[in-house]
Amino acid sequence: MPQPMMSSDEARALTQRVLAFATADETQLNLSAGWQGNTRFAGNEITTAGGTTDIRLTVTSVIGKRRASVSTNVLDDESLKRTVEQAERLARLAPEDPEHLPMPGPQQYASVNGYAAATADLTPEARALAVQKALGGVREAGGADADSLFVAGFLEASAGVGSVVANSKGLFAYHPDTSVSMSVTARTPDGTGSGYMSTGANDWAAIDPALLGRRAAEKAVASRNPQALEPGRYTVILEPRAVADFIPLLRRTFDARSTDEGRSPFSTENGGTKVGQKIADERVTLISDPTDPQLLTSPFSNDGLPNRKSVWIENGVLRDLSYSRWWAAQKGKEPTGGGGGFKMMGTDRSLEDLIAGTDRGILVTRFWYIRSLDQRTVMVTGLTRDGTFLVEGGKITRSLKNFRWNDSPLLALNRIEDIGRAERVESGLVMPALKIRDFNFTSLSDAV
Amino acid sequence: MTSRRDFLRSTTAAALTAAVARPASAGTIPSASAPVLLTPEPSAAPNELALTALQAARDAGASYADARVGRYRRQSIGTRERQVTGVSDSESYGLGVRVLVDGAWGFAGTSVLTTDGVREAAREAARIARAGRSVRRRPVELAPVQPVQGSWKTPIQRDPVDVPIEEKVALLFAANETALGVQGIRFVNSGMSLLREEKTLATTDGTLITQTFIRVGPTFSATAIQGGSFESYTHEIAPRGSGWEYIAGLDMPTNAAQWAELAVEKLSARSVDVGRYDLILDPSNLWLTIHESIGHPTELDRAMGYEANYAGTSFLSPPEEYIGKFRYGPDFMNIQADRTQPDSLGRTGWDDEGVPAEEWKLIENGIFKDYQTTREQAAWIAPLTGVHRSHGCSFAQSWGDVPFQRMPNVSLMPGEENLSLDDIVAATDRGIIFKNRGSWSIDQQRFNFQFSGQVAYEVRSGKIVGMVKDAAYQSRTPDFWNSMDMIGGKDSYWLGGTFSDGKGEPGQANSATHGCPPARFKNVNIVNTGAAV
Repeated sequence: MPQPMMSSDEARALTQRVLAFATADETQLNLSAGWQGNTRFAGNEITTAGGTTDIRLTVTSVIGKRRASVSTNVLDDESLKRTVEQAERLARLAPEDPEHLPMPGPQQYASVNGYAAATADLTPEARALAVQKALGGVREAGGADADSLFVAGFLEASAGVGSVVANSKGLFAYHPDTSVSMSVTARTPDGTGSGYMSTGANDWAAIDPALLGRRAAEKAVASRNPQALEPGRYTVILEPRAVADFIPLLRRTFDARSTDEGRSPFSTENGGTKVGQKIADERVTLISDPTDPQLLTSPFSNDGLPNRKSVWIENGVLRDLSYSRWWAAQKGKEPTGGGGGFKMMGTDRSLEDLIAGTDRGILVTRFWYIRSLDQRTVMVTGLTRDGTFLVEGGKITRSLKNFRWNDSPLLALNRIEDIGRAERVESGLVMPALKIRDFNFTSLSDAV
Repeated sequence: MTSRRDFLRSTTAAALTAAVARPASAGTIPSASAPVLLTPEPSAAPNELALTALQAARDAGASYADARVGRYRRQSIGTRERQVTGVSDSESYGLGVRVLVDGAWGFAGTSVLTTDGVREAAREAARIARAGRSVRRRPVELAPVQPVQGSWKTPIQRDPVDVPIEEKVALLFAANETALGVQGIRFVNSGMSLLREEKTLATTDGTLITQTFIRVGPTFSATAIQGGSFESYTHEIAPRGSGWEYIAGLDMPTNAAQWAELAVEKLSARSVDVGRYDLILDPSNLWLTIHESIGHPTELDRAMGYEANYAGTSFLSPPEEYIGKFRYGPDFMNIQADRTQPDSLGRTGWDDEGVPAEEWKLIENGIFKDYQTTREQAAWIAPLTGVHRSHGCSFAQSWGDVPFQRMPNVSLMPGEENLSLDDIVAATDRGIIFKNRGSWSIDQQRFNFQFSGQVAYEVRSGKIVGMVKDAAYQSRTPDFWNSMDMIGGKDSYWLGGTFSDGKGEPGQANSATHGCPPARFKNVNIVNTGAAV
């Protein structure tokens, strides 16, 4: 039941009403209000569908250097007053935080328009129609198996103000946005082939359900009867979805504090950092920037500070690290905020170009169940899934059994062979296809 | 095991200790002081709201409806060294209504808890169901259930949410201080997550029940730094369906010393030699292997492809080729599913469809026997199992989420001989022991997995000869369980578990406990996951 968007004025009125109850030295409010609707399908039919609306308020009270947060979704005056009182009561009881900093006053933010009416208006009927279109796409591309492919998938849309920040120093930040994602899995009736395709955007108009169905079906059919290839080191072509599963694992390693404390792959033995040093192939540039037209994320963080553009790696050189307010103050730096999405710069080459330029390699649709093995090198383990193919002489020649692999995104960025076009894989995440040499496949998986 | 009758309405402070659970040394339980936090009163009685939603659903054409009013109180505290990194307390209150219209599901959740608000949610759920009818091939049919009225509460001695924040922080700080006293330890993190969930369920079958679930999950990890190297150790403190007495009984302020020492010892551990070893898994590690390689593949929705787009399917599919036919492991392997074990996270009175908690065997004498089911699913395999009722596995993580099939407690029953971990080590010529959860990863049909621990030890000629690092075990589920050749007895049985078992789209978290003794697995592949690649 999509509800009218909480306007800036309404959000301001609600936060002022709550702040009026506050007696703490400082008070910060975080408000999220919105709707999400979803439709899930499996076995070529809708299995569940739902919609939820909620408004959530978090009150953070500071007394001296003591701080605590309480959140609630019960918004009558009496409950709001009690929530503020609870936060203040907890704050008095909490031990002093030696790293507490006064809350920031009013700030200037970049203008970001991440709101699309087509997403906010995506009704249950429109979602059911989208599922039908996806099923139609599967039938279109399924060939002889068109009517027997097993199809599953998910469509989810949300609209609202994901982030409103207000504090007792007069700061007020308001950012409405929408987000939609859709994914389709097709499986062959013999259980030996599976294909997956997904996409995400702020604007529903940018999503083509039939195309997702076609791609999933093509992959399912092509991936039937996979053959085993001896595990070992191979050149891989990772589709943007697989890259998006892998490279963003680096994001948290760009933290200045853990680097300065000797707990990061960018720490050096003498207590320094690798900032300014070459840590990846020179074609690699990784950024966060809320204003990037492909990212369009919130221009401010939970504490109301602007999310600045950060260039984590520029042409292979480690440039920026992320600084919390406290650590920035210790080190004489500007705080960086915490958002801004994540983007790896691409080229103008298509996935097909990368395949055509590969004499022998393995094409990977997506990864699954990635888990950390070693924080020191960002070594992780995971599996391939839903379409793994051998490429020979610039062409896909056969379907391969899935692999388990152990490798590191940091080390892999030093083994880049080629980079494709940067695509929006989901909201706030833009990745290109990557061709990487010597990717470390360690065992075979029977899973399809 | 206590029977269902024993715990229904057992809201008193009865100290029910599992016959098979590792005894908790609860010590002296402090008398409960005045609650720090107040709970806002609902704007209308939950029963009334739920029944109003049901009537609106009927009026909108629903042939079946259930309405859940949930109030979730979550508190978490995080600390590092001598400071608090966060104290948060959250409350979420709302209603979710699920309807069947012409055999199609619709769901809506709202936090507007007025008569109009819940009626609108019910109408929206019916609209969503109607919208989906055109993409529905067969109508949903629900297994029968006896309507019930009643209440149930996790048996506890002291409500963890109501324990003063100072007492909680003092306990964590004491643990941190102990750890910082260990030479080589630079960083310590500790914390706790506490939940109180009050849930009222009404269904058009005539069920009206209220349940209160209490769950606690403390955490502790220490990091040692030496030269340019660092190692962390996270102790496996199982989350439980228990009160504050469980956290107090862990004696973290004393035990933190031995936990911190393990982080220091890891700095000088030798990197493991790859190869085949007899694998000895402590219950603190084995519980998660059970969760991943038995708990998930025996979910019927996965086996039927309902999770194909996300969490994955199951190698135990199609059911007719596996039920009663597939040898999962040796004769002494018995896997019980239940929602009844005392102190477990999965313990309930009823599920979100009003089905009473029960115990059943997923694997009996090594043979796969049954899946986890909901009312919608029971009929799918009833001709194969002879079980026409639901096993009671329908849950939603909150009022705003739709209930679907979730994992109950899934446990490996102890062996007849009362063997200990030491007995298994003494009988092993060349082996590796894993303790606590490290890294874990398994494929989408639950065949190929690679798991590690927080610490691992090499065994030679029946003795532990030293700690090794960078070790992980990699295997294939049927090969792995069929290689099990030794199992601990009832005194070595221990309950591990997780708050964050993820499944579904949109994703929902589920809490499940896995009890097990230590066990040995012959000739398993050990890989080195260290940095030298």
